[in-house]
Amino acid sequence: MNLSLIEKERRRMVRAKKLKQNWEGYLYIGPWVLGFLLLQAWPMLYSFYLSFTDYSLFAEPNWVGLQNYKNIFTIDFTFEKSLKATFKFVLMSVPVKMIFALLVAMMLNKAVRGMSLYRTLVYLPSLLGGSVAVSVVWRNIFGLEGYVNTILNLLGIDSVPWLASTTWSMPTLVLLNVWQFGSSMIIFLAGLKQIPKSLYESACVDGAGPIRRFFNITLPMLSPVIFFNLINSMIGAFQQFNSAFLVSSGGPAHSTYVYALMLYEKAFTSYQMGYAAALAWILLVIIAGFTAVNFIASKYWVFYDS
Amino acid sequence: MSVIAREKGKRINYRKILNHLLLILMSFVMVYPILWWFFASFKTTAEMSSRDLLPQTWSIANYINGWHVTENLSFGTFFRNSLTVSGICVLGAVFSAGLVAYGFGRLNFKFKKIWFSILLVTMMLPGQVTIISQYIMYNKLKLIDTYVPLTIGHILGGGAFFIFLLVQFVRGIPRELDEAAKIDGASTWRIYWNVIFPLMRPSFVTVAIYAFIWSWDDFQGQMLYLNSAPKFTVSLGLRMFIDQAEIRWGELLAMSLLSIIPSLLIFFLNQKEFVEGVATTGLKG
Repeated sequence: MNLSLIEKERRRMVRAKKLKQNWEGYLYIGPWVLGFLLLQAWPMLYSFYLSFTDYSLFAEPNWVGLQNYKNIFTIDFTFEKSLKATFKFVLMSVPVKMIFALLVAMMLNKAVRGMSLYRTLVYLPSLLGGSVAVSVVWRNIFGLEGYVNTILNLLGIDSVPWLASTTWSMPTLVLLNVWQFGSSMIIFLAGLKQIPKSLYESACVDGAGPIRRFFNITLPMLSPVIFFNLINSMIGAFQQFNSAFLVSSGGPAHSTYVYALMLYEKAFTSYQMGYAAALAWILLVIIAGFTAVNFIASKYWVFYDS
Repeated sequence: MSVIAREKGKRINYRKILNHLLLILMSFVMVYPILWWFFASFKTTAEMSSRDLLPQTWSIANYINGWHVTENLSFGTFFRNSLTVSGICVLGAVFSAGLVAYGFGRLNFKFKKIWFSILLVTMMLPGQVTIISQYIMYNKLKLIDTYVPLTIGHILGGGAFFIFLLVQFVRGIPRELDEAAKIDGASTWRIYWNVIFPLMRPSFVTVAIYAFIWSWDDFQGQMLYLNSAPKFTVSLGLRMFIDQAEIRWGELLAMSLLSIIPSLLIFFLNQKEFVEGVATTGLKG
């Protein structure tokens, strides 16, 4: 009897302690929880609701059912153009950027002397990121009378109407994106340093050449890092906005009218908030779909040690 | 035997030289546009599309005229505004993300795992699904054309990337340190403020660097939420040039160059933390 009382008291104290712990834990993560609910969870749900309405910011939302989605898929010709431009951007910039980043990382990994200087120089463009300043420079040097054409003329090549042609406008933006491969490169470099040297040594003893070493050691050992970079750059590329807005303004003839730009114009230029919310949800589904496919495919090519 | 070894040594040397040559070429190509940009900002309009890298006559007119972009507005105002926004973001991120990271890294509470998974998922959430509702919310609260929408996210937790980075760091701090303080009867707050917070300094440097550069470079948010010119940031000041009928390229390039100086300074002064930040969490620079 007495024992069980003590036991009860002990349990009550444990519970009280736990309660205090809970309460305290939430106090610390509170700022983030509040931010999450206020700036992410609720806005997400609200935009989902808005996507079934007609809303212009100046009147109350008006329920229209699936009309927005229907219009997007059947009437809106810019949607198709925008999807094309976005996929083109993703499919061109992501692989090229990754290959570049990996090649440079491997070169840097070999160069012991001067490594940090090279790394600094190569990383410099990435530091400036998607800032307005860099877009300005790009727009200038790829202008009709810009520096790139001046150099081409010097080499006896005719001027290319970079930003004024539907063929070249997208590659110009892709080039700007590829120029900023620094972050991926640094992540690759960190990954390369993790690969045990002994693997290469024993492969050398077995007579494996550099190409075999690359495909049989470097690539599999680096595959988790490649996967990480792939997901990261892909999600970023789908949301590309600044360069398309500032360098080419989506043109010419919608050739660089990427998804985020279309969404921005629909929402904040023509104030079709409901319609833009529907576009946003379609983008979310596309990105989630691509990410899921990548995760499933990763089972077949990503090699996890242990 | 020694001949073979020497031969091999030589071959490796050639390879090394080739590697360095390629790297030098690569660095040159990467930096060339920035060099051109630097020199072009000292050129006159007539010289702008010249094939020479260096200006014939050096002129700082672009800097003087560009600084006073309109009659009553100068880049001094824009720099001050940008510094205000970035300053709030840095302080907000360091203090609030630090608290949250301590909560996730050290304390136990119900549903902790679920909350942490949510945190990780939000890292991949495209901003497009929230931006429209956020704008509507700020509009209803009459917060458009203030710095609140640009800084509130940093004050409320600072974003998933920063929290994640700091949690990793908190987990690496030996538990004996806080156990000792706990035995002495210190509250969780005392433990955080007197033990953990000072130890987290290096990771706070990384957070501060990125919070600064990201908010400094932000364009879409600033364009969306600020609409009166005296409140404009440097990014928006630069955009004023683009919106004009005839772009004054020289002035634009000069002011663009000034706009990247804070980021460059921070990068060169903190290279180690910078590179580590990218390498350990995949933060985009």
